[in-house]
Amino acid sequence: MTERQYRIGSKMHAIAERLFTQDVPPRLVGGRDRQSGRIVFPCPEGESHEPVALSSEGTLWSYTVQRFRPKTPPYAGPEAFEPWIVAYVELPGEVIVEARLVDVAFEDVRIGMKVSFKPAPLDPAAPEGVMIPAYVPAGEAA
Amino acid sequence: MSDVCIVGIGIHPFGRTDGVSGVDQGVNAVRAALADAGIAWPDVQFAYGSSDSAGNPDTMVDRLGLTGMQFINVRNGCAAGGSALFSAQMAIKSGEFDLGLAVGFDKHPRGAFNALPSEYNLPEWYGDAGYMVTTQFFAAKIMRYMAMFGISRKSLGMVAEKAFRNAVHAPHAWRRSPVALEDILEAPMVSDPYSKFMFCSPAEGGVALILASEKKARELGKPLIRLKAATMRTRPPHSFEVFAPMVDVVENDSGPRGTASRIASADAFRLAGIGPEDIALAQLQDTEAGAEIMHMAENGFCADGEQERWLAEGRTEIGGALPVNTDGGCLACGEPIGASGLRQVYENVVQLRGDAGGRQVPGNPKTAYSHVYGAPGVSAVTILER
Repeated sequence: MTERQYRIGSKMHAIAERLFTQDVPPRLVGGRDRQSGRIVFPCPEGESHEPVALSSEGTLWSYTVQRFRPKTPPYAGPEAFEPWIVAYVELPGEVIVEARLVDVAFEDVRIGMKVSFKPAPLDPAAPEGVMIPAYVPAGEAA
Repeated sequence: MSDVCIVGIGIHPFGRTDGVSGVDQGVNAVRAALADAGIAWPDVQFAYGSSDSAGNPDTMVDRLGLTGMQFINVRNGCAAGGSALFSAQMAIKSGEFDLGLAVGFDKHPRGAFNALPSEYNLPEWYGDAGYMVTTQFFAAKIMRYMAMFGISRKSLGMVAEKAFRNAVHAPHAWRRSPVALEDILEAPMVSDPYSKFMFCSPAEGGVALILASEKKARELGKPLIRLKAATMRTRPPHSFEVFAPMVDVVENDSGPRGTASRIASADAFRLAGIGPEDIALAQLQDTEAGAEIMHMAENGFCADGEQERWLAEGRTEIGGALPVNTDGGCLACGEPIGASGLRQVYENVVQLRGDAGGRQVPGNPKTAYSHVYGAPGVSAVTILER
């Protein structure tokens, strides 16, 4: 999947182009509809939407735990499977985004908890590999 | 405008039928429906057929007969069967045809559905990251709903328990053994808060319904089961859907959001000229236990949060005030996408005819409701009246 890796900062390779800003730490990129002002995620290709850096802070809107390895294709994660948290994070006044929630025990997850954006590796065993959108409990962000 | 009547029904048992293709399961259902209606294949003027992954339904004419009839293929996520029926009844309501077929079948491999991002206008990375998994959405939807409206995990278990208990009496159902509530609640988790018994499985099966104008139905001498409403709608703004990387922020998020089901349901009641309180039994999309609970409210049968009491009081049991998923629903029958919505209508016709045996809703029911929901936010509803 080399062709889908894009360099961000010095070490991070985002899973897709136009997903994270070049800032350190990076922010998630959404798209503002040039006509209606509606913010969407991810930012669509083309001229209809203007890329916008989304808020780094949000609250957990809902979640679940993915307990089995998704089918490949399309899943490109590691063969070795550990359950992970699928989160929907509300970025106030902007959009609710689907992402991973990491660095928290499953039993400590609560709807309404404060979280911060911090990309995580698709393969936890390869911390400098492909990075995907993720959040951590607020206060623990880099 | 003529009322549309259902004059023939046929089903190929759901589950796993090794060695029989999806198309052949559909053909089997069509032959049963023709026999039930007392007509022959050349009498059928048109068909709408749905299959998601078992081939194009119009190829059935190779098996059934090359009569030159009109046959349209329908694909609409898990609402495909409902959409085929919606389309078929329009052809009769228009006055163009008198006698036609809505048919659905499917045959899925074991495990989760094989959805790909490109089929839903999504970027490749969304699938790479592991989000093309329907169970994630359904679990996250009920997780928020439980927090907002005070639904307990035990209620999820009770829905699944009822499904397997009802299916014992449904010859077409896949899983026909009761499962104890405790076993359901303590089974391995698939996607929190759901254990493996709280999700349906992709499956196989076929269903066929013969539709006729009222005039034609009277000629055939069949009991008149009228299709008082069949609606199909897509999602409104701000809804929360399967295969969606985002949800809109709304100013006040303390109430339920709009859904395709809410619109399709309201439309159906308006067309039928009756309300939820007039419905005697309902088949509600239950691809997972919480969906049945949420769809009770989305289809207008109760307020959000009332489900906890409804279940505790047994109101959705056969014999309750509103029996729901009398044949075990998707939880017990499994889900062959193209056939699933039509199975619900098949079951409703069986119930209205009084032919449901051990799962028969008592009291001579006169109205029945069906509802399906599918990706990426489509719903179809029917109301039958005897």
